[in-house]
Amino acid sequence: MNPRRSFAAGTGLFILLGFAALAYLATQTSSVANFSSGPTYDVVAQFDNVGSLKDRAPVKVAGVRVGSVKSIQLDSQSMEAKVTLAIDTRYNDIPDDSFAKIMTSGLLGDQFVALSPGGSPSVLKNGSRIINTQSAMQLEDLIGKFLVGGSSPAKSSSTGAAGGKSGG
Amino acid sequence: MSADMKSRPPRGGMLVDGLAQVGDCGLFLLNMLGAIPRSLRYLREISRQIWFVGAMSLVIIMISGLFVGMVLALQLYYTLSIFGGTAALGTVVALSLYRELGPVITALLFAGRAGTAMTAEIGLMRATDQLAAMEMMAVDPIAFVATPRFLAGVIAMPLLANVFSMLGLLGAHLVGVTWLGVDNGTFWSNMTSNVDVWKDIANGTWKALAFGVVVSLIAVFQGYTAPPTSEGVAYATTRTVVFASIVVLALDFVMTAFLM
Repeated sequence: MNPRRSFAAGTGLFILLGFAALAYLATQTSSVANFSSGPTYDVVAQFDNVGSLKDRAPVKVAGVRVGSVKSIQLDSQSMEAKVTLAIDTRYNDIPDDSFAKIMTSGLLGDQFVALSPGGSPSVLKNGSRIINTQSAMQLEDLIGKFLVGGSSPAKSSSTGAAGGKSGG
Repeated sequence: MSADMKSRPPRGGMLVDGLAQVGDCGLFLLNMLGAIPRSLRYLREISRQIWFVGAMSLVIIMISGLFVGMVLALQLYYTLSIFGGTAALGTVVALSLYRELGPVITALLFAGRAGTAMTAEIGLMRATDQLAAMEMMAVDPIAFVATPRFLAGVIAMPLLANVFSMLGLLGAHLVGVTWLGVDNGTFWSNMTSNVDVWKDIANGTWKALAFGVVVSLIAVFQGYTAPPTSEGVAYATTRTVVFASIVVLALDFVMTAFLM
């Protein structure tokens, strides 16, 4: 083999190796690996409060990932968060009275949308709306409730006199 | 234009000289970009340069990557075990490698291994009048000597950075899973669920590409403008490493702030 050709072959091998490394990193060590982005359909759910839910957070049924959060917007009519969920078309038999909850993985982990299937015979389709929703659990609210005890925290903290009384 | 570049008389203080050099460097980049269509005729030369700056750097990149990954796993295991979070070892190692250490350490090694070779080679070509001889034969030295080396560096850097990250991951796996006993499944599943292709891997590849541009530009420019003496070539080679390292680290901060 003449030296020029062996240079060219070595260069080709090097470029191939570089791209193989990139392909390996991209497909085997990242979130592409556990979810293929096939065809999806969109479902809308409205929440009072989405907490720290982010775009592309997982949507799970019984702990199995079925889709992801496509967008989070404020609905200016109801002043609620309008969350669009992109669900894989493989899962096209989720009942339309399912319950959407924003949950946290672990104590301080990322938030995701959990769907608890209902019993309705009709199923969610592209553009359907999930009516039963439960907002993200706010750790601050829980701590507030715990500190103030049984009395409603909103009332006692809204007036200065009540706050002063409990402090004294 | 090459004639006035090499023998620029000292005109002002250090500040003016420094500014003049930055300006010359920018013009040189424009010259090279303009010469890309002409240098595409020398595809074989470009491929030969990719062999020299890329494939020949593989050994140092792979060994460094392996050891950086191993020490990263060791240090992070120690830190994470304080908080009882050793399950996150794979995620933290992968994110540090893809986003930061892969591109930056590869660029520094690349400047030392391939950048100095480019500068010394072109500087000696200048000193032994090879560039002038090429001009005599109507071969444009920018298109035949400078641009193929520049392009080879730009192509090779991202590929090397990815090889570095992959070997780093292997090293971290060796230390974390085989030696320190982090669970293999936890290591990988936490990594795959938290590493994002676009936010992390593409981000690091853009950085590596940018570092490839600045390191190759500095190396070729320093060689092309080196004074034609043995001392001048030695000085230019040193400056390649110094300037390239500083620019890479500064650019890294700026790019991280923008790509965050």
